[in-house]
Amino acid sequence: MSFLTLSITLIFVIIPLILSKTLKLGLEKDTVIATIRSIVQLLAVGFILQFVFDSENMIYILLMLILMIGAATQNARKKGAAIKGITWKLVGTFIFIEILTQGILLGLNITPATAQYIIPISGMVIGNSMVLAILFLNRFTAEIENHQDEAELILSLGGTPKQAIHKQLITSIQASTIPTIESQKTIGLVQLPGMMSGQIIAGADPIQAVLFQLLIIFLLLTTAVVTSVMLGFLSYPTLFNERMQLLDLRNRDSK
Amino acid sequence: MSVNDQAAVRFNKVSYANDGHQILKNITGWFPKGRITTLVGPSGAGKTSLFKLCNSLTSPTSGDIYIGDKKIESYDPVELRRMVGMALQNATMIGGTVMKNLALPLELQGKELPVETAEELVKVVGLDESFLERDTRDLSGGQRQKVSIARTLVNRPEILLLDEITSALDRVSQQDIEDLIVRINQKYGTTMIWITHNLQQAFNVGDYTWVMMDGELIEAGESSILEHSKKERVQRFVKGQVE
Repeated sequence: MSFLTLSITLIFVIIPLILSKTLKLGLEKDTVIATIRSIVQLLAVGFILQFVFDSENMIYILLMLILMIGAATQNARKKGAAIKGITWKLVGTFIFIEILTQGILLGLNITPATAQYIIPISGMVIGNSMVLAILFLNRFTAEIENHQDEAELILSLGGTPKQAIHKQLITSIQASTIPTIESQKTIGLVQLPGMMSGQIIAGADPIQAVLFQLLIIFLLLTTAVVTSVMLGFLSYPTLFNERMQLLDLRNRDSK
Repeated sequence: MSVNDQAAVRFNKVSYANDGHQILKNITGWFPKGRITTLVGPSGAGKTSLFKLCNSLTSPTSGDIYIGDKKIESYDPVELRRMVGMALQNATMIGGTVMKNLALPLELQGKELPVETAEELVKVVGLDESFLERDTRDLSGGQRQKVSIARTLVNRPEILLLDEITSALDRVSQQDIEDLIVRINQKYGTTMIWITHNLQQAFNVGDYTWVMMDGELIEAGESSILEHSKKERVQRFVKGQVE
Protein backbone atom coordinates (compact mmCIF):
# COMPACT_ATOMS: atom_id res chain seq x y z
CA MET A 1 0.00 0.00 0.00
CA SER A 2 1.29 3.45 -0.85
CA PHE A 3 1.05 6.66 1.17
CA LEU A 4 -1.40 7.96 -1.44
CA THR A 5 -3.75 5.01 -0.94
CA LEU A 6 -3.46 5.47 2.82
CA SER A 7 -4.44 9.13 2.55
CA ILE A 8 -7.64 8.09 0.78
CA THR A 9 -8.48 5.87 3.78
CA LEU A 10 -8.72 9.02 5.88
CA ILE A 11 -12.36 8.89 4.72
CA PHE A 12 -12.79 6.44 7.58
CA VAL A 13 -11.75 9.22 9.95
CA ILE A 14 -13.97 11.80 8.31
CA ILE A 15 -17.13 9.69 8.71
CA PRO A 16 -17.03 9.66 12.54
CA LEU A 17 -16.03 13.35 12.54
CA ILE A 18 -19.13 14.29 10.50
CA LEU A 19 -21.36 12.12 12.67
CA SER A 20 -19.90 13.60 15.82
CA LYS A 21 -20.36 17.15 14.54
CA THR A 22 -23.98 16.66 13.39
CA LEU A 23 -25.09 14.74 16.45
CA LYS A 24 -23.02 16.91 18.83
CA LEU A 25 -21.28 13.87 20.29
CA GLY A 26 -18.24 15.97 21.21
CA LEU A 27 -15.83 13.33 19.92
CA GLU A 28 -14.11 15.50 17.30
CA LYS A 29 -11.13 16.62 19.34
CA ASP A 30 -10.31 13.15 20.64
CA THR A 31 -10.80 11.59 17.21
CA VAL A 32 -8.37 14.04 15.61
CA ILE A 33 -5.83 13.58 18.39
CA ALA A 34 -6.15 9.79 18.17
CA THR A 35 -5.68 9.89 14.40
CA ILE A 36 -2.62 12.11 14.50
CA ARG A 37 -1.07 10.17 17.34
CA SER A 38 -1.57 6.82 15.65
CA ILE A 39 -0.09 8.10 12.39
CA VAL A 40 2.96 9.60 14.06
CA GLN A 41 3.55 6.77 16.52
CA LEU A 42 3.13 3.94 14.05
CA LEU A 43 5.19 5.59 11.31
CA ALA A 44 7.94 6.27 13.81
CA VAL A 45 7.83 2.65 14.94
CA GLY A 46 7.85 1.54 11.29
CA PHE A 47 11.00 3.48 10.53
CA ILE A 48 12.65 2.37 13.73
CA LEU A 49 11.79 -1.26 13.02
CA GLN A 50 13.16 -0.94 9.50
CA PHE A 51 16.37 0.38 10.95
CA VAL A 52 16.60 -2.32 13.63
CA PHE A 53 15.88 -5.12 11.16
CA ASP A 54 18.50 -3.80 8.73
CA SER A 55 21.17 -3.36 11.39
CA GLU A 56 20.71 -6.91 12.79
CA ASN A 57 22.27 -5.77 16.05
CA MET A 58 21.09 -7.22 19.38
CA ILE A 59 21.75 -3.89 21.14
CA TYR A 60 18.95 -2.24 19.17
CA ILE A 61 16.55 -5.08 19.96
CA LEU A 62 17.38 -4.66 23.63
CA LEU A 63 16.84 -0.90 23.40
CA MET A 64 13.44 -1.45 21.80
CA LEU A 65 12.47 -3.84 24.61
CA ILE A 66 13.59 -1.36 27.28
CA LEU A 67 11.53 1.34 25.57
CA MET A 68 8.45 -0.91 25.50
CA ILE A 69 8.80 -1.82 29.18
CA GLY A 70 9.35 1.82 30.09
CA ALA A 71 6.24 2.96 28.23
CA ALA A 72 4.13 0.12 29.65
CA THR A 73 5.27 0.94 33.19
CA GLN A 74 4.56 4.63 32.73
CA ASN A 75 1.04 3.81 31.58
CA ALA A 76 0.16 1.29 34.27
CA ARG A 77 1.71 2.90 37.35
CA LYS A 78 -0.97 5.58 37.70
CA LYS A 79 -3.55 2.88 38.45
CA GLY A 80 -1.46 1.56 41.29
CA ALA A 81 -0.23 4.86 42.69
CA ALA A 82 -1.55 3.87 46.12
CA ILE A 83 0.73 0.84 46.27
CA LYS A 84 4.22 1.57 47.53
CA GLY A 85 6.99 0.99 44.98
CA ILE A 86 4.53 0.10 42.23
CA THR A 87 6.91 1.33 39.48
CA TRP A 88 9.57 -1.24 40.30
CA LYS A 89 7.02 -3.97 40.85
CA LEU A 90 5.69 -3.31 37.34
CA VAL A 91 9.16 -3.18 35.79
CA GLY A 92 10.02 -6.46 37.53
CA THR A 93 6.83 -8.10 36.32
CA PHE A 94 7.29 -6.97 32.70
CA ILE A 95 10.94 -8.06 32.63
CA PHE A 96 10.06 -11.41 34.15
CA ILE A 97 7.26 -12.08 31.69
CA GLU A 98 9.49 -11.06 28.76
CA ILE A 99 12.32 -13.34 29.87
CA LEU A 100 9.91 -16.20 30.57
CA THR A 101 8.16 -16.04 27.19
CA GLN A 102 11.19 -15.30 25.02
CA GLY A 103 13.23 -17.81 27.01
CA ILE A 104 10.80 -20.57 26.08
CA LEU A 105 10.32 -19.41 22.47
CA LEU A 106 14.02 -18.99 21.72
CA GLY A 107 15.28 -21.71 24.06
CA LEU A 108 13.12 -24.40 22.47
CA ASN A 109 13.74 -23.04 18.96
CA ILE A 110 10.08 -22.23 18.46
CA THR A 111 10.84 -18.87 16.88
CA PRO A 112 14.15 -17.66 15.40
CA ALA A 113 16.25 -15.17 17.37
CA THR A 114 15.81 -12.32 14.93
CA ALA A 115 14.37 -8.84 15.38
CA GLN A 116 11.53 -9.73 13.00
CA TYR A 117 10.17 -12.23 15.56
CA ILE A 118 11.43 -10.94 18.90
CA ILE A 119 10.10 -7.40 18.61
CA PRO A 120 6.51 -7.96 17.45
CA ILE A 121 5.98 -10.88 19.83
CA SER A 122 7.49 -8.92 22.74
CA GLY A 123 5.26 -6.01 21.83
CA MET A 124 2.18 -8.20 22.09
CA VAL A 125 3.34 -9.81 25.32
CA ILE A 126 4.33 -6.58 27.08
CA GLY A 127 1.28 -4.75 25.74
CA ASN A 128 -1.04 -7.43 27.06
CA SER A 129 0.84 -7.60 30.31
CA MET A 130 0.33 -3.84 30.68
CA VAL A 131 -3.42 -4.11 30.10
CA LEU A 132 -3.60 -6.95 32.60
CA ALA A 133 -1.60 -4.94 35.12
CA ILE A 134 -4.01 -2.02 34.75
CA LEU A 135 -7.08 -4.28 35.09
CA PHE A 136 -5.57 -5.99 38.11
CA LEU A 137 -4.47 -2.82 39.93
CA ASN A 138 -7.80 -1.15 39.28
CA ARG A 139 -9.72 -4.05 40.72
CA PHE A 140 -7.31 -4.76 43.57
CA THR A 141 -7.31 -1.21 44.97
CA ALA A 142 -11.11 -1.10 44.68
CA GLU A 143 -11.48 -4.48 46.41
CA ILE A 144 -9.28 -3.38 49.29
CA GLU A 145 -11.16 -0.14 49.80
CA ASN A 146 -14.58 -1.78 49.56
CA HIS A 147 -13.75 -4.75 51.74
CA GLN A 148 -11.56 -3.07 54.31
CA ASP A 149 -13.85 -4.19 57.15
CA GLU A 150 -13.49 -7.83 56.10
CA ALA A 151 -9.72 -7.54 56.02
CA GLU A 152 -9.72 -5.87 59.44
CA LEU A 153 -12.08 -8.53 60.79
CA ILE A 154 -9.64 -11.26 59.82
CA LEU A 155 -6.71 -9.32 61.28
CA SER A 156 -8.65 -8.66 64.49
CA LEU A 157 -9.29 -12.41 64.87
CA GLY A 158 -5.57 -13.08 64.66
CA GLY A 159 -5.20 -13.64 60.92
CA THR A 160 -2.02 -12.81 59.01
CA PRO A 161 -1.88 -10.07 56.34
CA LYS A 162 -1.94 -12.73 53.64
CA GLN A 163 -5.07 -14.30 55.12
CA ALA A 164 -6.67 -10.87 55.53
CA ILE A 165 -6.22 -9.95 51.89
CA HIS A 166 -6.50 -13.42 50.34
CA LYS A 167 -10.08 -13.15 49.13
CA GLN A 168 -9.55 -9.71 47.57
CA LEU A 169 -6.34 -10.91 45.93
CA ILE A 170 -7.96 -13.99 44.40
CA THR A 171 -11.03 -12.03 43.24
CA SER A 172 -8.80 -9.45 41.54
CA ILE A 173 -6.63 -12.06 39.85
CA GLN A 174 -9.74 -13.83 38.55
CA ALA A 175 -11.47 -10.64 37.44
CA SER A 176 -8.44 -9.40 35.53
CA THR A 177 -7.66 -12.67 33.75
CA ILE A 178 -11.22 -13.69 32.86
CA PRO A 179 -11.50 -11.33 29.82
CA THR A 180 -8.39 -12.89 28.25
CA ILE A 181 -9.65 -16.41 28.77
CA GLU A 182 -13.22 -15.62 27.70
CA SER A 183 -12.20 -13.76 24.54
CA GLN A 184 -10.14 -16.76 23.50
CA LYS A 185 -13.16 -19.03 23.68
CA THR A 186 -14.90 -17.23 20.81
CA ILE A 187 -11.80 -16.30 18.85
CA GLY A 188 -12.15 -16.82 15.10
CA LEU A 189 -15.92 -17.21 15.26
CA VAL A 190 -16.70 -13.54 14.86
CA GLN A 191 -13.53 -11.60 14.64
CA LEU A 192 -10.25 -12.77 13.12
CA PRO A 193 -7.40 -11.81 15.37
CA GLY A 194 -5.45 -8.78 14.16
CA MET A 195 -2.12 -10.44 13.70
CA MET A 196 -3.61 -13.35 11.76
CA SER A 197 -5.62 -11.02 9.53
CA GLY A 198 -2.48 -8.99 8.85
CA GLN A 199 -0.53 -12.06 7.83
CA ILE A 200 -3.30 -13.29 5.56
CA ILE A 201 -3.63 -9.87 3.89
CA ALA A 202 0.14 -9.77 3.44
CA GLY A 203 -0.18 -13.05 1.54
CA ALA A 204 0.74 -15.69 4.09
CA ASP A 205 -0.74 -19.18 4.00
CA PRO A 206 -3.88 -19.10 6.24
CA ILE A 207 -2.85 -22.29 8.08
CA GLN A 208 0.58 -20.81 8.82
CA ALA A 209 -1.15 -17.65 10.01
CA VAL A 210 -3.44 -19.71 12.27
CA LEU A 211 -0.53 -21.67 13.75
CA PHE A 212 1.21 -18.42 14.61
CA GLN A 213 -1.95 -16.97 16.05
CA LEU A 214 -2.38 -20.03 18.27
CA LEU A 215 1.16 -19.57 19.53
CA ILE A 216 0.30 -15.98 20.45
CA ILE A 217 -2.93 -17.03 22.15
CA PHE A 218 -1.08 -19.51 24.34
CA LEU A 219 1.56 -16.88 25.09
CA LEU A 220 -1.10 -14.41 26.14
CA LEU A 221 -2.66 -16.91 28.53
CA THR A 222 0.65 -17.22 30.35
CA THR A 223 1.12 -13.46 30.17
CA ALA A 224 -2.29 -12.75 31.69
CA VAL A 225 -2.11 -15.16 34.60
CA VAL A 226 1.56 -14.63 35.44
CA THR A 227 1.18 -10.82 35.35
CA SER A 228 -1.77 -10.77 37.75
CA VAL A 229 -0.37 -13.36 40.13
CA MET A 230 3.09 -11.82 40.24
CA LEU A 231 1.86 -8.26 40.65
CA GLY A 232 -0.59 -9.40 43.33
CA PHE A 233 1.98 -11.23 45.40
CA LEU A 234 4.49 -8.38 45.02
CA SER A 235 1.87 -5.77 46.01
CA TYR A 236 -0.03 -7.13 48.97
CA PRO A 237 2.81 -7.04 51.54
CA THR A 238 3.23 -3.28 51.03
CA LEU A 239 -0.37 -2.75 52.16
CA PHE A 240 0.62 -3.71 55.71
CA ASN A 241 3.26 -2.50 58.15
CA GLU A 242 5.49 -4.62 60.35
CA ARG A 243 2.83 -4.63 63.11
CA MET A 244 0.49 -6.37 60.61
CA GLN A 245 -1.72 -3.28 60.36
CA LEU A 246 -3.61 -2.51 57.18
CA LEU A 247 -2.43 0.85 55.86
CA ASP A 248 -4.98 3.33 54.62
CA LEU A 249 -4.90 3.42 50.82
CA ARG A 250 -6.92 6.61 50.50
CA ASN A 251 -4.60 8.57 52.75
CA ARG A 252 -1.62 7.47 50.80
CA ASP A 253 -3.38 8.24 47.55
CA SER A 254 -4.00 11.85 48.49
CA LYS A 255 -0.45 12.50 49.61
CA MET B 1 -11.82 1.65 90.23
CA SER B 2 -10.93 -0.26 93.34
CA VAL B 3 -7.37 -0.70 94.57
CA ASN B 4 -7.88 -4.45 94.50
CA ASP B 5 -8.39 -4.43 90.75
CA GLN B 6 -5.56 -5.32 88.42
CA ALA B 7 -5.27 -3.54 85.08
CA ALA B 8 -6.13 -5.55 81.97
CA VAL B 9 -5.36 -2.59 79.70
CA ARG B 10 -3.49 0.56 80.70
CA PHE B 11 -3.00 3.75 78.70
CA ASN B 12 -0.13 6.06 79.52
CA LYS B 13 -0.23 9.49 77.82
CA VAL B 14 -1.53 7.98 74.59
CA SER B 15 -2.16 10.25 71.62
CA TYR B 16 -3.25 9.19 68.18
CA ALA B 17 -3.48 11.19 64.97
CA ASN B 18 -4.63 10.02 61.55
CA ASP B 19 -4.26 11.93 58.32
CA GLY B 20 -3.41 15.14 60.19
CA HIS B 21 -6.39 14.91 62.57
CA GLN B 22 -5.73 14.60 66.27
CA ILE B 23 -8.11 11.83 67.35
CA LEU B 24 -6.92 10.88 70.85
CA LYS B 25 -5.26 13.39 73.13
CA ASN B 26 -2.98 12.34 75.94
CA ILE B 27 -5.14 9.54 77.34
CA THR B 28 -4.05 8.11 80.68
CA GLY B 29 -6.24 5.53 82.37
CA TRP B 30 -6.88 1.85 82.81
CA PHE B 31 -9.46 -0.90 82.44
CA PRO B 32 -9.76 -3.34 85.37
CA LYS B 33 -9.30 -7.04 84.78
CA GLY B 34 -12.37 -9.28 84.80
CA ARG B 35 -14.78 -6.33 85.00
CA ILE B 36 -17.14 -4.64 82.58
CA THR B 37 -16.15 -1.08 81.79
CA THR B 38 -18.51 0.95 79.64
CA LEU B 39 -17.17 3.69 77.42
CA VAL B 40 -19.47 6.60 76.65
CA GLY B 41 -19.18 9.92 74.86
CA PRO B 42 -20.54 11.80 71.90
CA SER B 43 -19.70 10.52 68.42
CA GLY B 44 -16.29 11.66 67.28
CA ALA B 45 -14.90 11.31 70.80
CA GLY B 46 -12.34 8.76 69.58
CA LYS B 47 -13.88 5.67 71.18
CA THR B 48 -13.54 3.35 68.19
CA SER B 49 -9.98 4.54 67.55
CA LEU B 50 -9.17 3.63 71.14
CA PHE B 51 -10.38 0.08 70.45
CA LYS B 52 -8.31 -0.29 67.33
CA LEU B 53 -5.28 0.66 69.44
CA CYS B 54 -6.09 -2.03 72.04
CA ASN B 55 -6.32 -4.66 69.31
CA SER B 56 -3.21 -3.27 67.59
CA LEU B 57 -5.05 -2.63 64.34
CA THR B 58 -3.38 0.77 64.64
CA SER B 59 -0.55 2.11 66.78
CA PRO B 60 -0.47 5.28 68.89
CA THR B 61 1.36 8.34 67.63
CA SER B 62 2.86 8.76 71.11
CA GLY B 63 2.48 7.22 74.56
CA ASP B 64 2.40 3.62 75.77
CA ILE B 65 -0.29 0.97 75.97
CA TYR B 66 0.09 -1.98 78.32
CA ILE B 67 -1.86 -5.22 78.04
CA GLY B 68 -1.52 -6.91 81.43
CA ASP B 69 1.86 -5.64 82.55
CA LYS B 70 3.61 -5.86 79.20
CA LYS B 71 3.87 -3.16 76.56
CA ILE B 72 1.63 -3.83 73.59
CA GLU B 73 4.59 -3.79 71.18
CA SER B 74 6.17 -6.72 73.01
CA TYR B 75 3.36 -9.01 71.86
CA ASP B 76 3.29 -10.69 68.51
CA PRO B 77 0.32 -9.01 66.73
CA VAL B 78 -1.34 -12.35 65.94
CA GLU B 79 -1.02 -13.57 69.53
CA LEU B 80 -2.26 -10.23 70.88
CA ARG B 81 -5.34 -10.14 68.64
CA ARG B 82 -6.35 -13.63 69.73
CA MET B 83 -6.09 -12.47 73.32
CA VAL B 84 -7.96 -9.19 72.76
CA GLY B 85 -11.16 -9.96 70.84
CA MET B 86 -13.30 -7.37 69.14
CA ALA B 87 -16.95 -7.22 68.05
CA LEU B 88 -18.14 -4.22 66.07
CA GLN B 89 -21.46 -2.55 65.42
CA ASN B 90 -21.65 -3.66 61.78
CA ALA B 91 -20.93 -7.32 62.74
CA THR B 92 -19.09 -7.98 59.48
CA MET B 93 -19.61 -11.53 58.21
CA ILE B 94 -17.51 -13.39 55.70
CA GLY B 95 -20.06 -14.86 53.26
CA GLY B 96 -21.58 -18.29 53.91
CA THR B 97 -23.10 -20.05 56.87
CA VAL B 98 -22.97 -19.28 60.58
CA MET B 99 -20.79 -22.38 60.97
CA LYS B 100 -18.32 -21.04 58.42
CA ASN B 101 -18.10 -17.76 60.32
CA LEU B 102 -17.63 -19.48 63.66
CA ALA B 103 -14.93 -21.70 62.17
CA LEU B 104 -12.99 -18.69 60.84
CA PRO B 105 -10.78 -17.92 63.88
CA LEU B 106 -9.51 -21.50 64.03
CA GLU B 107 -9.32 -21.82 60.26
CA LEU B 108 -6.87 -18.90 60.35
CA GLN B 109 -4.67 -21.08 62.56
CA GLY B 110 -5.06 -24.05 60.23
CA LYS B 111 -7.35 -25.84 62.70
CA GLU B 112 -10.90 -27.10 62.48
CA LEU B 113 -13.73 -26.09 64.78
CA PRO B 114 -15.40 -29.22 66.24
CA VAL B 115 -19.16 -29.23 65.61
CA GLU B 116 -19.82 -29.78 69.34
CA THR B 117 -17.90 -26.60 70.18
CA ALA B 118 -19.85 -24.69 67.57
CA GLU B 119 -23.13 -26.00 68.99
CA GLU B 120 -22.06 -25.00 72.46
CA LEU B 121 -21.09 -21.52 71.26
CA VAL B 122 -24.38 -20.76 69.55
CA LYS B 123 -26.14 -21.86 72.73
CA VAL B 124 -23.96 -19.57 74.86
CA VAL B 125 -25.11 -16.60 72.76
CA GLY B 126 -28.74 -17.71 72.94
CA LEU B 127 -29.30 -19.21 69.50
CA ASP B 128 -30.15 -22.84 68.81
CA GLU B 129 -28.03 -25.32 66.85
CA SER B 130 -30.20 -25.14 63.76
CA PHE B 131 -28.62 -21.72 63.15
CA LEU B 132 -25.27 -23.28 62.29
CA GLU B 133 -26.40 -24.11 58.77
CA ARG B 134 -28.18 -20.79 58.20
CA ASP B 135 -26.74 -18.35 55.69
CA THR B 136 -25.53 -15.23 57.51
CA ARG B 137 -27.33 -13.04 54.95
CA ASP B 138 -30.66 -14.35 56.26
CA LEU B 139 -29.99 -13.32 59.85
CA SER B 140 -31.54 -10.36 61.63
CA GLY B 141 -29.33 -7.63 63.08
CA GLY B 142 -29.54 -9.10 66.58
CA GLN B 143 -28.74 -12.61 65.35
CA ARG B 144 -25.75 -11.37 63.38
CA GLN B 145 -24.49 -9.56 66.43
CA LYS B 146 -24.78 -12.75 68.48
CA VAL B 147 -22.88 -14.72 65.83
CA SER B 148 -20.23 -12.01 65.78
CA ILE B 149 -19.81 -12.28 69.57
CA ALA B 150 -19.76 -16.09 69.42
CA ARG B 151 -17.10 -15.92 66.70
CA THR B 152 -14.93 -13.69 68.86
CA LEU B 153 -15.32 -16.16 71.75
CA VAL B 154 -13.77 -18.97 69.69
CA ASN B 155 -10.32 -17.53 70.42
CA ARG B 156 -11.17 -17.52 74.17
CA PRO B 157 -10.08 -13.88 74.51
CA GLU B 158 -9.07 -12.54 77.90
CA ILE B 159 -10.29 -9.10 76.90
CA LEU B 160 -13.36 -8.40 74.78
CA LEU B 161 -13.90 -5.06 73.05
CA LEU B 162 -17.53 -4.38 72.12
CA ASP B 163 -18.27 -1.41 69.89
CA GLU B 164 -21.92 -0.24 69.82
CA ILE B 165 -23.07 -3.82 69.46
CA THR B 166 -26.67 -3.07 70.43
CA SER B 167 -27.22 0.33 68.88
CA ALA B 168 -29.01 -1.00 65.80
CA LEU B 169 -31.20 -3.40 67.75
CA ASP B 170 -34.70 -3.30 69.18
CA ARG B 171 -35.29 -3.19 72.92
CA VAL B 172 -35.74 -6.97 73.33
CA SER B 173 -32.59 -7.93 71.40
CA GLN B 174 -30.73 -5.21 73.28
CA GLN B 175 -31.71 -6.73 76.60
CA ASP B 176 -30.72 -10.18 75.27
CA ILE B 177 -27.24 -9.03 74.39
CA GLU B 178 -26.78 -7.16 77.68
CA ASP B 179 -27.65 -10.35 79.59
CA LEU B 180 -25.34 -12.32 77.34
CA ILE B 181 -22.36 -10.04 77.97
CA VAL B 182 -22.87 -10.16 81.73
CA ARG B 183 -23.19 -13.96 81.52
CA ILE B 184 -19.94 -14.31 79.53
CA ASN B 185 -18.19 -11.97 81.94
CA GLN B 186 -19.27 -14.08 84.89
CA LYS B 187 -18.71 -17.46 83.24
CA TYR B 188 -15.23 -16.84 81.76
CA GLY B 189 -14.03 -13.84 83.79
CA THR B 190 -13.49 -11.99 80.51
CA THR B 191 -12.56 -8.32 80.81
CA MET B 192 -15.16 -6.36 78.85
CA ILE B 193 -14.82 -2.86 77.43
CA TRP B 194 -18.09 -1.77 75.93
CA ILE B 195 -18.65 1.33 73.82
CA THR B 196 -22.27 2.42 73.98
CA HIS B 197 -24.16 5.62 73.35
CA ASN B 198 -26.96 4.37 75.60
CA LEU B 199 -26.26 5.85 79.03
CA GLN B 200 -28.86 3.70 80.75
CA GLN B 201 -27.08 0.65 79.40
CA ALA B 202 -23.68 2.02 80.40
CA PHE B 203 -24.98 2.51 83.91
CA ASN B 204 -26.83 -0.83 84.21
CA VAL B 205 -24.24 -3.13 82.72
CA GLY B 206 -20.96 -1.42 83.58
CA ASP B 207 -19.01 -1.89 86.79
CA TYR B 208 -16.96 1.08 85.69
CA THR B 209 -17.36 3.83 83.12
CA TRP B 210 -15.07 6.03 81.05
CA VAL B 211 -16.46 9.28 79.68
CA MET B 212 -14.66 10.51 76.56
CA MET B 213 -15.12 13.77 74.65
CA ASP B 214 -13.15 15.28 71.78
CA GLY B 215 -10.43 12.67 72.06
CA GLU B 216 -9.92 13.22 75.78
CA LEU B 217 -10.72 11.07 78.79
CA ILE B 218 -12.89 13.39 80.88
CA GLU B 219 -13.78 11.12 83.74
CA ALA B 220 -13.32 7.49 84.80
CA GLY B 221 -14.67 5.61 87.76
CA GLU B 222 -17.58 3.56 89.02
CA SER B 223 -20.56 3.78 86.71
CA SER B 224 -22.40 5.96 89.22
CA ILE B 225 -20.21 8.86 88.03
CA LEU B 226 -22.74 9.20 85.26
CA GLU B 227 -25.28 10.33 87.86
CA HIS B 228 -23.06 12.05 90.35
CA SER B 229 -20.28 13.60 88.32
CA LYS B 230 -19.21 17.01 89.54
CA LYS B 231 -17.76 17.86 86.17
CA GLU B 232 -19.93 20.23 84.24
CA ARG B 233 -19.11 18.73 80.81
CA VAL B 234 -20.15 15.28 81.99
CA GLN B 235 -23.35 16.64 83.54
CA ARG B 236 -24.20 18.47 80.34
CA PHE B 237 -23.50 15.36 78.25
CA VAL B 238 -25.63 13.16 80.52
CA LYS B 239 -28.46 15.69 80.55
CA GLY B 240 -28.33 16.09 76.77
CA GLN B 241 -28.57 12.34 76.37
CA VAL B 242 -31.40 11.92 78.83
CA GLU B 243 -33.54 14.75 77.55
